[in-house]
Amino acid sequence: VSDVREVTRAEVCVVALADVFRGEGEVMASPFGTVPALAARLAKLTFAPDLVLTDGEAALMVGAPPLATPAGELVREAAMPYRTVFSVVWSGRRHIIMMATQIDRDGNQNLSAIGDHAKPTVQLIGVRGAPGNSVNHPTSYWVPDHTTRTFVEHVDVVSGVGYARAAEAGRAAQRFHDVRAVVSNLGVFDFETPDRTMRLASVHPGVTVDEVVEATGFELSMDVAVPTTREPTDEELHLIREVLDPERTREREVKVAPR
Amino acid sequence: MDKRTTVDDIVAELQPGSVIGIGGWGSRRKPMAVVRAICRSGLRDLTVVSYGGPDVGLLCATGKASTVVCPFVTLDSIPLDPHWRRVRQRGEVRLREVDEGMFFLGLQAAAWRVPFLPTRAGLGSDVLRFDPDLRTVRSPYAEGPYADASDPEDGAAEFVAAPALRLDVAIVHANIADTNGNAALRGPDPFFDDLFLGAATRRFVTAERVVEPGGLSGDGTLARTLVHRLLTDGVAETVRGAHFTSCAPDYGRDERMQKEYAAAAADDDAWAAFRGRYVDVEEAGYLAAADEAKAASA
Repeated sequence: VSDVREVTRAEVCVVALADVFRGEGEVMASPFGTVPALAARLAKLTFAPDLVLTDGEAALMVGAPPLATPAGELVREAAMPYRTVFSVVWSGRRHIIMMATQIDRDGNQNLSAIGDHAKPTVQLIGVRGAPGNSVNHPTSYWVPDHTTRTFVEHVDVVSGVGYARAAEAGRAAQRFHDVRAVVSNLGVFDFETPDRTMRLASVHPGVTVDEVVEATGFELSMDVAVPTTREPTDEELHLIREVLDPERTREREVKVAPR
Repeated sequence: MDKRTTVDDIVAELQPGSVIGIGGWGSRRKPMAVVRAICRSGLRDLTVVSYGGPDVGLLCATGKASTVVCPFVTLDSIPLDPHWRRVRQRGEVRLREVDEGMFFLGLQAAAWRVPFLPTRAGLGSDVLRFDPDLRTVRSPYAEGPYADASDPEDGAAEFVAAPALRLDVAIVHANIADTNGNAALRGPDPFFDDLFLGAATRRFVTAERVVEPGGLSGDGTLARTLVHRLLTDGVAETVRGAHFTSCAPDYGRDERMQKEYAAAAADDDAWAAFRGRYVDVEEAGYLAAADEAKAASA
């Protein structure tokens, strides 16, 4: 049955993103994107059972239902309107996975605009809650298309705040600042370095360190031997394929061949 | 006290240069009947304060807004509003971009009549760099009985002073209101509509239905009357007044109409056609045209 075990890049990414929730207790997981949504559900069904998930609208939901569950069939347990979301954000009992149009060496993220802010080349959605999220509770990022255009030396607009900026802004910014991990379609990254700059923590199976370096617009820290991102266990693969996402929507979000 | 009014009378409250707050969030429960009426008016140079959706896109595309204060502009099911992108990428509108939470605190500060509220949100980000008028404030509680013993340094730290977002006029859309100006938000999220009203000098509610006082007391509706009469100056009945945005539980978003709106940003011809059919017409004509297009596409 080795062909059944043939694991896709998207499935590796799901597990890598689920792992960012390892050790989390009763905190609200706020995953943005299909792969992160799958990851949070997988984490809850396996090693992080106390994670609290939302219905994507304005309520906490019971359990970790399949991605394609119609809104009318979700079981909700408490109201979670935006006003209450801010109370959770500022209490720190939340771990968000945001996407990043750009991310840089210090862990700054950009969701706002490319180019000059007064007259951008590309207007994006806006900073949203990224400034507040990143200085109040654990924050991780998901970048499904790792290139020198997404992993840049300096982001054009600092939306989510990285380590150097938080340190510069002082204790109030630093106290709860915790950019935990970045997962891309090529590897897993963290900030476990003396100067809190980005480190290549692992490369996904089938990806070389050189490929990652080539697709990154700044110098990455890394250990002499870079490990390979773990593959899903049989149980995780079963949950992803048979229970949570039989429609394989995860495959549509992940770019496999590097440019 | 009978506060019934009309959309035209609400728009007449606005002047060139007015600061207008618009309730709802993204493409959800936006007071679109009023937005459309503003688009038809001769107003200009408005400052629009909004958790931005197609209200912002339309007011910019029609040249009504010169400044926008917001943390984002999105159509939800279409992540980026192409009209907003177009005016921004041409540098045609000034953006004061704030964090979502700073925005909430700004409305709350104005509603509570204090100059600012402190927060960590914004620290270290470019929100502070792009708006040099934003200030930080140092906590006075480094020591003494109110100090946080677990982290005295935090008690002496600099926080963002989220400035009060004072509005000249606020407009929100409710599911049901009464003639005294009470209103119920029956959807899953009331957003910050009561704070928009609290932050404004002149305060207006449009609603799917306007009933007699006492008419909001049944079926759990009373608990949803976050908008009470002390927050309102006028109430106007606008059936389908949030169209094409969603107004749960009364109706969902008209996705077909939203797509047509987004497509109209493609070029000047597309916009002229859209504007002629849906913007430069009275509200009844707009709804009829939207329904006609929906029937034709079915």
